[in-house]
Amino acid sequence: MQEAIIKRAKELLADGTVNRVVGWKAGDFAYDVTPAVFTSAEELDKDFLYNDFCAPNLSKYLIKESRKEGKVLVFLKPCDSYSFNQLLKEHRILRDNVYVIAIPCRGKVDIGTVRDSGIKGITDMECDGETLTIHTLYGDKTMSHADSLGDKCKTCKTKKHAACFDEMIGEEGEPNNDGKRFEMVEKLEAMTSEERFNFWRNELSKCIRCNACRNVCPACSCENCVFDNPASGIQQRAAVTSFEENMFHLIRAFHVAGRCTDCGECTRVCPQNIPLHLLNRKYIKDINEFYGEYQAGENFDERAPLNAYTFTDCEPDVVYKRGGNA
Amino acid sequence: MYKVSADRIDELFAKIAAARTLYLPVDQNDGRAAYKEWSQGTKMSSQLNTVRSAKGFFFPQTTNLCDFNLKDKEIEVVDIRDESEDFVVFGVRACDARSFTILDKVFLAEPVDSYYATRREHGTVVTMACTEPEETCFCSVFGIDATAPEGDASCWCEGGDLYIRANTEKGEQFVSLISDMLTECDDTAVKAQQERVKDILSKLPFANVSTDYFEKNTLLDVFNSEKWAKLSESCLACGTCTFVCPTCQCYDIKDFDTGHGIKRYRTWDSCMYADFTKMAAANSRNTQMQRFRQRFMHKLVYFPDNNNGEYGCVGCGRCLVRCPISMNIVKVMKSFGEE
Repeated sequence: MQEAIIKRAKELLADGTVNRVVGWKAGDFAYDVTPAVFTSAEELDKDFLYNDFCAPNLSKYLIKESRKEGKVLVFLKPCDSYSFNQLLKEHRILRDNVYVIAIPCRGKVDIGTVRDSGIKGITDMECDGETLTIHTLYGDKTMSHADSLGDKCKTCKTKKHAACFDEMIGEEGEPNNDGKRFEMVEKLEAMTSEERFNFWRNELSKCIRCNACRNVCPACSCENCVFDNPASGIQQRAAVTSFEENMFHLIRAFHVAGRCTDCGECTRVCPQNIPLHLLNRKYIKDINEFYGEYQAGENFDERAPLNAYTFTDCEPDVVYKRGGNA
Repeated sequence: MYKVSADRIDELFAKIAAARTLYLPVDQNDGRAAYKEWSQGTKMSSQLNTVRSAKGFFFPQTTNLCDFNLKDKEIEVVDIRDESEDFVVFGVRACDARSFTILDKVFLAEPVDSYYATRREHGTVVTMACTEPEETCFCSVFGIDATAPEGDASCWCEGGDLYIRANTEKGEQFVSLISDMLTECDDTAVKAQQERVKDILSKLPFANVSTDYFEKNTLLDVFNSEKWAKLSESCLACGTCTFVCPTCQCYDIKDFDTGHGIKRYRTWDSCMYADFTKMAAANSRNTQMQRFRQRFMHKLVYFPDNNNGEYGCVGCGRCLVRCPISMNIVKVMKSFGEE
């Protein structure tokens, strides 16, 4: 797959269709992949990577890249394509300046998941089909590919791209309807409000206000976030009370509700391992239940349920009907 | 040197905790380690390091500095600083232990930061030698010996025994708290462990990362290098590296309006943030390249220039593990070293 991708990128650079490529760059170990811009065939040969470790979603980089001189080539995995399409819909990416190639994904290995399983000193990893071989300072270990996935991939919503690409390399996949995606949300819903409050207080109390979740989030594309704006009156770093930290995440989740495509980057990048995507998934699940199945980023022309009124929309008293435990 | 059977570690912790508040690395419910206060039943983590460094014991993420209370038309200034209690931080690694001496150079230089100084006075640092370093470790690059950690007292776990050595007066006091559990011993077992671990340390992937470039080139050569643009191009501008870093020490002072007064507090800040250098007139760093460059210039150039060549990094590897885009100080150093 990587060879085919690099070959096509070189062709598009050579024939002048694009003048640069946004992709993933190899690091010192198998897992420390960095998003990067490549401008020559030599750079692509040297550092371009596409394998089981290329988790970063590249779509948000296009906000800036599409405003630079010339056309840029980007490779989008299925989940990244929804973020891209949603950003197009919000007029944040200049479509004419981007050439999109859809590429398949079978779920990305998450170094955090591998480390948290107790494997130390990881110097290299290779994945041969279903088994991950992990070379460490303390000998070789193995792990199944399925076990090594991050949260975002363990509950993958679809392997089918949003219709926003110019061409595709590899085979198109299918939506995943195994129902696992909302399992944890359902567990939280089944809790008493006190249990649920304690669950979130415990998780959110770990927050160090690094803003990685916000900065990586394709739905968070405000030019000046309210939390960074001194004039807003709520500009803050870590605040005097930890409760405010909790509010930061709730406000963010509300702000991206209906636009969040569930790409899972927030949880992937969280240094404190907070399952932030569960907040977003709760809203996605509610939107599905209240307004009918909706996948943000799937259709360019469709109006979002929170931006449109129909006679079949639920009334606000749905909250009471749900017994206050919604 | 003293020793005690590792089987008696709960008893040992109980004894320490009876005299001082005791903090140690503990596995949280997600399996990752964080410093927590010890209570009966708490188990020490066996992981190499905590997600957050130990700097928070002396330089917490937020510190309440003072309150302003409004009484009619008078403003009352209240010193709300809590009197620090004596505490012990147990199980600190060599990298974090060295970070305290780096922070000391900032906070204990004139004018002394009294909030930091009080915490330093009341805290006893008990370190633990590393036996299973990670691939992300590079403390040896900065002259740190993970097998002989600094601190008020140092410990080694070897062959079912815990070995303890006091390094300072505070360390002696710590040892005296638990002296009836300890027996004197020689350092044969510790030496053997050190030999074994040093062999691993010498083979770590980053054991030989070089700082030469920063010593041989001028400040402006590094500052004006074209490499910064490429290195910083996909930086998300989050503060993860800064906040997990044991030596990052920048902070902001803010006022929180409680509705009937003001709480003035300080909070960790990050040079990666767009408003870090925002001033009344303007912002002196307008691009992420400039902000990114600042962080590494501080650690690799400005800090050593002002502190007899000591770098502002201890090679703990936390930023390598946690950066969302896997860009880090080692990649920066290697990139410059390639020239």
